[in-house]
Amino acid sequence: MSKGNIVLTKEMFVPAEDNFLEAETISAPSVSYWRETWRRLKENKLALFGLIIIILLVLMAIVGPYINGYSYFEQDFSKKNQPPNSEHWFGTDTAGRDLFTRAWYGARISLFIGLMAALIDFVVGVIYGGISAIKGGRTDNIMMRIAEVLFSIPYLLMVILMMIILERGIWPIIVAMTITGWIPMARLVRGQVLQLKELEYVQAANAMGAGTFWTLAKHMVPNMMGPILVNITLTVPTAIFAEATLSFLGLGIPAPEASWGTMASDSLGSILIGNFYQLAIPALLISITMFAFNVFGDGLRDALDPKLKK
Amino acid sequence: MLRFAGKRLLWALVTLWAIITITFIIMHSIPGDPFAREGKMPPAVYENLTKHYHLDEPLYVQYFLYIKSLLVFDFGPSLKSSTLTVNDYIEKGFPVSLHLGIQALLLAVVLGLIFGVIAALNRNKWPDYLSMVLAIIGISVPSFILATFLINYFAVEWGLLPAATWSSWSHTILPTISLAMLPMAYIARLMRSSMLEVLNQDFMLTAKSKGLNKGFIIMKYGVRNAILPVVSVLGILAANLVTGSFVVESIFGIPGVGELFVDGIFNRDYPVILGSTIFYSMVLIFLIFIVDIAYFWIDPRIKVAGEEQ
Repeated sequence: MSKGNIVLTKEMFVPAEDNFLEAETISAPSVSYWRETWRRLKENKLALFGLIIIILLVLMAIVGPYINGYSYFEQDFSKKNQPPNSEHWFGTDTAGRDLFTRAWYGARISLFIGLMAALIDFVVGVIYGGISAIKGGRTDNIMMRIAEVLFSIPYLLMVILMMIILERGIWPIIVAMTITGWIPMARLVRGQVLQLKELEYVQAANAMGAGTFWTLAKHMVPNMMGPILVNITLTVPTAIFAEATLSFLGLGIPAPEASWGTMASDSLGSILIGNFYQLAIPALLISITMFAFNVFGDGLRDALDPKLKK
Repeated sequence: MLRFAGKRLLWALVTLWAIITITFIIMHSIPGDPFAREGKMPPAVYENLTKHYHLDEPLYVQYFLYIKSLLVFDFGPSLKSSTLTVNDYIEKGFPVSLHLGIQALLLAVVLGLIFGVIAALNRNKWPDYLSMVLAIIGISVPSFILATFLINYFAVEWGLLPAATWSSWSHTILPTISLAMLPMAYIARLMRSSMLEVLNQDFMLTAKSKGLNKGFIIMKYGVRNAILPVVSVLGILAANLVTGSFVVESIFGIPGVGELFVDGIFNRDYPVILGSTIFYSMVLIFLIFIVDIAYFWIDPRIKVAGEEQ
């Protein structure tokens, strides 16, 4: 092998392209946290189904009461206990009220109670859990011990006891539900804050003179929104369940307002005389809603933390 | 072990005291007169009644008197019954509630574990989907709806089982199912995810490569490890059973403590509500204490973690 016989000519070379460095970069575009979550959530057909049901329920809660022209309190005793027909799509109840309108009016109240309870739990939980984790030490210990004691009272028992002394109505129910309902959220937030407060960007914010609450609200909460959202989604069915049980015990929404719980418990008497549809409609709606929120919450949890789902 | 038990016992007592205090304050912050519904009575009678129930004393004196009587398990008189005390009601109702509760818990644990294990072993095949759909239904359907559906079909339409009351074993079937469905669903879901985690562990592979019998591996290595999270939530599930029993007992007309509690709410009989709440809390806290100790005893890993603290 002699080296003299290779002739290099100009034609053998082409100028390098400007973008040759790009070969080194990773081909897929960078995907944001929520886009990635949504991509994984889409693969979970059951969770997607739950989400679609939730959207439909919310839409019907908004427009449903106006669709067929009856009001939720209008009574017509000449048309009581009618099974579902073309005029009253879900039939009428023992006072001749249109069940279709009442069902969607009830959806409005049940969903409002559920979402409001979840929202208040979220606010109180973030403040309590956040303070507990940021202060740390003795304060943290005492605050968590108090939470633990309160948490050992069964949730539904506490709600029932509160409703005995409060007046009947939507806001008293929400108050009763949130009086110990915030504890799981506070524990979750505390755990998250304990992890996050060691991270560089939080330390950077503190170094630049950001206050405790600013750091908590602006830097920590957005970064723990995933688990928080899962918790909120799973709080809604708990609240709807509790509301239904309260109504069953006669501590729910007073007439003529309707929630699914009151509709179901009002109809208990009529199933013995064969009006089973009066129970079946609210029962199905409660069950479908709980189902939708539960599968969506589970799916969201799996999508946010793919490690869980090996 | 003793140190741990002592610590838990102290904690249980603190919790119980907190619950008693909170429920006492809630029950005594109700506005109005407990005898208002009894109609007109001579002032002397009224005075005697308030004196008899210590309602003329300041609240803190009433509180200490109540705590003092609780120490000897005296839950006080009922406002609605002249002869029966809250203790009489509880003595009558508790055996019934206990029977129903144990039966429901057994059903929930046994079926929940079976469904969970089957689902995990057949991951993403039809038995998995079937058990998980059942579990989701169990979580989504409130017990009073399930109970009414069961009564409507099994008792009214098909006439297979009695609809209500509590006199023979066949009367216990429908209430037990209504009560057990929710905890069963929780256990099945929990067992499935915990079993899936255990199946991925190296020791399972080791056991398999040693050529051990498959059923033996699953029972001895799989279920025994996977069951721990289920044991740890038994306390919460018992609480669930208690609150579920209010509704189930009053639907089926079962003369237990749950029905007593619900009747107390309907009659606004505050000593009965207060007494049954505290009684339930005692039972629950005792159960959680037992579960804590049992967990400590079952899982030796806790000991290490506990001593490090």
